[in-house]
Amino acid sequence: MDFEFTEEQEKFRQEVRDFLEQEIKDGAWQPSCDAWIQGYSPEFTKKLSEKGWLGLTWPEEYGGQGRSHTDRLILTEELLRYGAPAACHWFADRQIGSGILRYGNDEQKKDLLPKIIAGEAYVGLGLSEPEAGSDLASLRTRATEDGDEYVIDGQKMWTSCGMFMNYIYVVARTDPEAPKHRGISEFIFPTDQPGVNIIPTIDITGSTAWAEVFFDGLRISKSCMIGEKNRGFYQVVNQLDYERAGLERLMGNYPLFDAIVKFVKETKWNGDYLSKDTLIRQKLAQLQVEFDIGRLLTYQVVMVMEEGRAPNIEASKAKAYSTAFEQHLASVAMDILGLYGQLVAESRYAPILGMAPHSYLGSKGYSLQAGSSEVLKNVIAARGLGLPAS
Amino acid sequence: MDFTLSEEQEMLKTMARDFLTDKCPKTLVKAMEEDEKGYSPEIWAEMADLGWMGLVFPEEYGGSEMSFLDLSVLLEETGRACLPGPFFSTVVLGGLPILEAGSDEQKQEYLPRIANGEAIFTLALTEDNAGYDAASMRVKATADGDGYTISGKKLFVPDANIADYMLVAARTDEKAEDGITLFIVDAKSTGISHTVLKTIASDKLCEVVFDKVKVPKENILGEPNQGWELVKNIIEKATAAKCCTIVGAMELVLDMTVEYAKERKQYDRPIGSFQVIQHYCANMAIDVDGSRFSTYQAAWMLSEGKPCHKEVAIAKAWINEAFERFIALSHQIHGAIGVTIDHDLQYYTKRAKAATLTLGGSDYHREIVAREMGL
Repeated sequence: MDFEFTEEQEKFRQEVRDFLEQEIKDGAWQPSCDAWIQGYSPEFTKKLSEKGWLGLTWPEEYGGQGRSHTDRLILTEELLRYGAPAACHWFADRQIGSGILRYGNDEQKKDLLPKIIAGEAYVGLGLSEPEAGSDLASLRTRATEDGDEYVIDGQKMWTSCGMFMNYIYVVARTDPEAPKHRGISEFIFPTDQPGVNIIPTIDITGSTAWAEVFFDGLRISKSCMIGEKNRGFYQVVNQLDYERAGLERLMGNYPLFDAIVKFVKETKWNGDYLSKDTLIRQKLAQLQVEFDIGRLLTYQVVMVMEEGRAPNIEASKAKAYSTAFEQHLASVAMDILGLYGQLVAESRYAPILGMAPHSYLGSKGYSLQAGSSEVLKNVIAARGLGLPAS
Repeated sequence: MDFTLSEEQEMLKTMARDFLTDKCPKTLVKAMEEDEKGYSPEIWAEMADLGWMGLVFPEEYGGSEMSFLDLSVLLEETGRACLPGPFFSTVVLGGLPILEAGSDEQKQEYLPRIANGEAIFTLALTEDNAGYDAASMRVKATADGDGYTISGKKLFVPDANIADYMLVAARTDEKAEDGITLFIVDAKSTGISHTVLKTIASDKLCEVVFDKVKVPKENILGEPNQGWELVKNIIEKATAAKCCTIVGAMELVLDMTVEYAKERKQYDRPIGSFQVIQHYCANMAIDVDGSRFSTYQAAWMLSEGKPCHKEVAIAKAWINEAFERFIALSHQIHGAIGVTIDHDLQYYTKRAKAATLTLGGSDYHREIVAREMGL
């Protein structure tokens, strides 16, 4: 047993922190909640690339660093702690790269991985559809074979990175006759072409981090298919484990945690600091307790990955837990701020940059995306505990 | 980062589980609830032979020089088995403090006898107001010739009915809030009387009255008036240790609950095939993991001698409430059979609930966390 990082890992953490603190000092960005999924900054992504921090765990032959999942955990932990704008590369770095490594052919690896590592390929996620949310296998987007090409028709929803992607990862139906899990294939292709129409989705916070993507007779080369035809559903299930595996599920609104703790230490209401109030102390301490538990649950996920196993059950536990934490954090912050809690960032009197209402509203979506908490609990029950099919 | 047990720890765990499965069935647990002593001297002697009581002592005192983390593994198994008796009191509340703060003479005198099963120890700490702070210590020890005279009443003293010795936290300085001295007291001394309290777990918590009990000054553990630092240290280790026993209970109860959900049929299908039951089980599994990791984080840090006020407080603040959620779900899944006195579940409900009440509730530990956060 060892609940600490090695000296070398701590050194890396310090290196990341030094870099991020300098960036903030230089005014490159202001820490904000959900910046991993909403923070658009090609410059920042490029800087991380120059540091060698994209594709950190990927093999050196494709331009990666061949480093451990624990190192990537440390890197992402710090990116989230500092609310860094990492959305351009996040999805490619988190799950698309590993999907290509696992199922892609050598040509695809040599083409796509270096582009992601260079901070140039921003890959959006084309998974959900109007009729395919949790039940992804019911997707209707069609990929029809036509000579050397596939013709893509259909609609994707909630495409992360949708408004700034230049590539999209798509799961589409390639065999409409087969049982629904067995007729799906995976594709990656550039979005800058006729037949791709992207419409922003305005979410409950007003953010346009997600998009609807329409494909209308889009022709793509057959070489865009990743892995085996009609095996896409089984391939994506593996990728989803990685999608759920990270600390963004716990730390998406970490800047709010920092800010509310600082706020109660520095703010006097009725003549005394808020931090002296027993109820506030209890509430924030409870958040700290819950945060630490979430951190341990997520570290466990990474240790499973280090063993070379797909973090299926563990990631389901960590994500189901952590998104509930994010919601609790936002709700506590709102309660502490009282009437001020409703003031959005642009308001004159908005405390802590309006992070609380943004996170309060935004966090409602995190227990839905990347596996709703209910789906994750199904996974825990069926695969983790061996309970019979419902 | 590594949350797994070492090969040796896995072996210790397996040995402990095999031993307790064999020697500590629920029939024994039930019998010991009704037994006046509350433990089986035969099993106690066998535990001593296995080296359990002296696990963390140096070889020169009859121990096996293993770590607090190793002891934690063992404690987890005792919680899993609902092991009745004074193992926790003797080793965690008595043996560890003497090992850490005792003089050479004291260690020589007591540790080998703890290790070989001869001496049962406990700690007399809490009083009328059930608090774990120095201000709550009103039992007085007055300097008296070559020693001290202790008078007053302690409450919730575990296993005082069978203890050979007690560590007693007594006030020796009225002016300083933490003017506490820790004494090693022969439990058979004149002036000591005890009454076993009736508790939900029938686990032999006692009222202990000290009526002018004479204690020689050689029996001070550590320094006079400096005992509170030792007590804080004992509380911290004992808190982590208590969490280990709860983790053991939770793991067993999760297994038991999932098994039952697979077997029990209603509406012609196992109730475990209903999604609502599946989600209850998933929630339970998440709470077990959270409890296990935070408990072992605290135990590991204590074992490595790292400062961990926050981590210990986090573990206990968490597990108290996690257990509440957890056991409520287990009962809900078990249905009415689980609330009968003949079902094993009630042993865990009672013992683990008692454990969550011991050594600080969640509010108490959250306040520690708040201080550690700089609030």
